[in-house]
Amino acid sequence: MTQVGLSSPSLPMCPSAMRTTLAFARRELREALTSRWFLLYTAAFAVLAVATSFMSLAGTGSHGFAGFSRTAAGLLNLVMLVVPLMAMTAGATSVAGERERGTLLYLLAQPVSRLELLLGKFIGLSAALCASLCIGFGLSAGVLAWRAGGAGVGSFLSLVGFTCLLAVVTLSVGLLISVSTRKASVATGVAVFVWLTLVFLSDLGLMAGSLLFKFRVQELFSLAIINPLQAFKMSAILGLNASLDVLGPAGVYASRTFGAALPWMLAGVLAAWGALSFLAAALIFTRRAPV
Amino acid sequence: MIHVKGVIKKFGPVAAVDGVSFHIDEGESIALWGSNGAGKTTLIRCLLGVLRFRGRIVVGDENVKRRGKMARRLIGYVPQELAFHDDTRLGAAMIFFAKLRRVDPARCVELLEQVGLTGHERKRVRDLSGGMKQRLALAVAMLADPPIIILDEPTSNLDAVGRSEVFEMLQVLKRKGKTILFASHRPDEVIGLADRLLVMEKGRLVRDTTPASQWPAAGAVQTMRLVVAGEREESAATLLRDAGHIVHLNGRGLCVLAPHDKKALPIRLLAQAGVDIHDFEILEDFNNEEGAR
Repeated sequence: MTQVGLSSPSLPMCPSAMRTTLAFARRELREALTSRWFLLYTAAFAVLAVATSFMSLAGTGSHGFAGFSRTAAGLLNLVMLVVPLMAMTAGATSVAGERERGTLLYLLAQPVSRLELLLGKFIGLSAALCASLCIGFGLSAGVLAWRAGGAGVGSFLSLVGFTCLLAVVTLSVGLLISVSTRKASVATGVAVFVWLTLVFLSDLGLMAGSLLFKFRVQELFSLAIINPLQAFKMSAILGLNASLDVLGPAGVYASRTFGAALPWMLAGVLAAWGALSFLAAALIFTRRAPV
Repeated sequence: MIHVKGVIKKFGPVAAVDGVSFHIDEGESIALWGSNGAGKTTLIRCLLGVLRFRGRIVVGDENVKRRGKMARRLIGYVPQELAFHDDTRLGAAMIFFAKLRRVDPARCVELLEQVGLTGHERKRVRDLSGGMKQRLALAVAMLADPPIIILDEPTSNLDAVGRSEVFEMLQVLKRKGKTILFASHRPDEVIGLADRLLVMEKGRLVRDTTPASQWPAAGAVQTMRLVVAGEREESAATLLRDAGHIVHLNGRGLCVLAPHDKKALPIRLLAQAGVDIHDFEILEDFNNEEGAR
């Protein structure tokens, strides 16, 4: 029997899988960079980031005073709103869209594993999202450097790093939604609902819960950091070298109880969200029919 | 080359493939024959390992369930219609699949020339005609020069010219000794390409035969549609099959294949069995009839 596929130069399994994964990642990145959603989100984020820079500069009353730190603080709320929406919808439409168009079946009919495909998508989309965010942050940084010098640039870079982490984490959640749904429109709807829940309802829920059930401060903190957005917010505030006291009793409790371990704990929460979401997505994807 | 044993694939309570077993030797060309919903496409997807199934499929020496990726290395797959991102350019699509198959990109140039797509590399997939898409799918399938080619109704969406082009390419592949498994609705394709015919009906393999024994006057087969009372369709189909005809229940009557000079045979058989024939029609092109539904 002529087994051409097998008689080709035999390569260790791992590099082969990596090569396949990277092929998918490159394709995903290329397609994201030319897609409308990427251009739209990049433009929107860049405009808002630059506008925030100008506003924070105006708010100082004099150019050059801690421009980067103030802008980073100003961008925090924008990031919490825009980035999860951007990443979750990108992830949600990814696999579901392929399934709906029929392209998923054709890709899986090639000598590839489902994990390679999913991982490739994840890496490619992560790279596209980070590139998009870096464009926005980069323009903002350009404005600040031009008008205000380099004061507080560390805080700004910390925010960029945490934002990229948040994007990757929420992208994993989006992929989990995507592999669980058949249609891109349904996946997008679910992603928007999850985004709303994380952004708005969790805060309101915590407020209502603490009033109704008289949560103790440690319970309130535990419930808060279950939400990756809250974990991100606390991480970013710590990265700005600010006190978590601004977050009220839960913030004070966290600072006093966990001290220097707190940033690692929060990063761990974010990483756990990302890893568990991706694992769940991989598990569902490998068991689900591609049509 | 391909061993299929007791394959069952259910979607909910419905068995799309129901206990199918067969064997294909190296270099054989096999046609999967059956009406829409007979389970051909589902069976092909099981062979590719993209659907989970009960039973056992071995391609080459690879168990599809356990080593699906390795089994797919031995297979070039051509779908009914190439499904790939519309915005991708033809050349980029070929290079992408070459990377997946670990093939030198230079092979893409060679294959595009073979399928007559040289010069179209910059065209986007959405701008390709149906025939060009199928030729691209064939080129992708041939990238790693796999020993097995599986095609799911490769000409069903093509016009006469496109059909002829794809059919000629398949004949070349057959002459090269490739093992070919293809689903088809068209007697002329089956007669011209297949060594054996696997007839499927409602998920079951109802017959493993040859085109020559099925259609003794090869090339002179016509399809006729007989309309009988709904409750008699099953028994009428069984009666005709027992008499050696290939019959499909396509939701609009019985599609019966018969030699062109003996078209009255199935009608006489049914009449003798007391089955009322409400209407009949000679279909010039069975595939067009299927497509028109």
